[in-house]
Amino acid sequence: MSNLPKELKYTPTHEWVMIASDGTATIGITDHAQGLLGDIVFIELPEMSRQVAAGEECAVIESVKAASDIYSPLSGEIIETNNDLSDTPELVNQHPYGDGWIFRIRLDDRTELDDLLDAAAYQAQVEAEEH
Amino acid sequence: MPNKTALYDTHLAMGAKMVDFHGWALPIHYGSQLEEHHAVRRDAGMFDVSHMTIIDLHGGALRPFLRHLLANNVDRQKTAGKALYSCMLNEQGGIIDDLIIYYIDESRFRMVINAATRDRGLGWIRQQAQAFEVGIKARDDLAMIAVQGPRARAQVHKLLGVHAEHLTPLTPFTSTFAGDMFVARTGYTGEDGYEIILPAENITGIWTGLYQLGVKPIGLGARDTLRLEAGLNLSGTDMDETTSPLESGLEWTIAWEPEDRAFIGRAAITPHRHTPPAMKLVGLLLHEKGVLRNGQKVFTDTGKEGIITSGGFSPTLGRAIALARVPSEAEMTCKVEIRGKRHSASIVRPPFVRHGKSCITEINNDLTT
Repeated sequence: MSNLPKELKYTPTHEWVMIASDGTATIGITDHAQGLLGDIVFIELPEMSRQVAAGEECAVIESVKAASDIYSPLSGEIIETNNDLSDTPELVNQHPYGDGWIFRIRLDDRTELDDLLDAAAYQAQVEAEEH
Repeated sequence: MPNKTALYDTHLAMGAKMVDFHGWALPIHYGSQLEEHHAVRRDAGMFDVSHMTIIDLHGGALRPFLRHLLANNVDRQKTAGKALYSCMLNEQGGIIDDLIIYYIDESRFRMVINAATRDRGLGWIRQQAQAFEVGIKARDDLAMIAVQGPRARAQVHKLLGVHAEHLTPLTPFTSTFAGDMFVARTGYTGEDGYEIILPAENITGIWTGLYQLGVKPIGLGARDTLRLEAGLNLSGTDMDETTSPLESGLEWTIAWEPEDRAFIGRAAITPHRHTPPAMKLVGLLLHEKGVLRNGQKVFTDTGKEGIITSGGFSPTLGRAIALARVPSEAEMTCKVEIRGKRHSASIVRPPFVRHGKSCITEINNDLTT
């Protein structure tokens, strides 16, 4: 089983969410997701200040195999993107939960956090998909 | 259940991620497709290509048959062992498949066609062969390894020891028998190397022997990016029965002389011998960052559209490249539609990479501004 930090929240579409106490969240893709995608060669980052809804497509990851959409796990405003990824997209493969983070968002509605999965629930979903 | 090659268990033991490729279970990669790609460009890699269809042709009016069957002319193969790349056309001039044919002796030729078109290709060859009384045998008892890269030949020689003396005289596009192996200095990567055909039961010994010498196993993922960089068409993707060699960048493979050689499809493509058809196959190089993909639309200055037939990311160039079918008058630059937005690209003549080096001079210019 791939690496799944307990302190993070997850989505069924393989994003992870790290919630900060100031009402912002950092978002990336899971170790499992990067493994499925294979070598990542390009990331189209969301535009700064863009307002996104929970579940909305907001970034695209291009691997050697295919292009995959990244969905915002939460509603809010994009307040930062990881510009290191424009020259070194492989950071998502190498450090999916660290230097490979993709964007930060200021939350509109904290009650949406209840819809996210914890590590155990996400792991159960991944295992179900594999069978 | 897909077919398994003799190396199936070995692939699993080496950590391969397997996929179904035209009915065959084959490795897509063994960990990192990018690392595998670079291993072939910089050192040596090996591919299990046992899914390819090996056909032996023997007896009857063999040479007249092949002069009829193929758009290229086997009379260009003057000496035993010589290999020839050719298209096999239907009556409309469309490409049933591309292949390599090896001249063994006057009564024997060996041909390798694609797995994707196995049934259609083999059926077509058998049907055409009847009138010439040529024997056609699919060699499912044989397996095939491609060893490719700047150090590929040296590694094979090292493994074979004294038996390597049969191989060292081989020039590009020639072949020879060496014991139970048939070895050709051919490939599908733009690098030097060998393709080795041998009894299926012996392939694991050669594969693991090369692995112990440091030759990396390479999956289908890198095989595709390597052939795309080398500007080599994929049958069924860049060309098919609806496109002719003239529309596929393969005019060089048509042997028009002698005029009286009536190969299948000749009448259909002759009108375009001196007047280009409406479309041509070219290389594209994306100016900005991003990745080109199969099926993306190409907009040209001619006002007519084209389409990407094979797109991807070139690990050697660090940029997106593609093969695309565009209007014949299109030149210099075009726009490619990616997720609804149009991005500039250069129209170039493939290959993009050969023998580890970029063939694209404008790579050095700053075209991104």
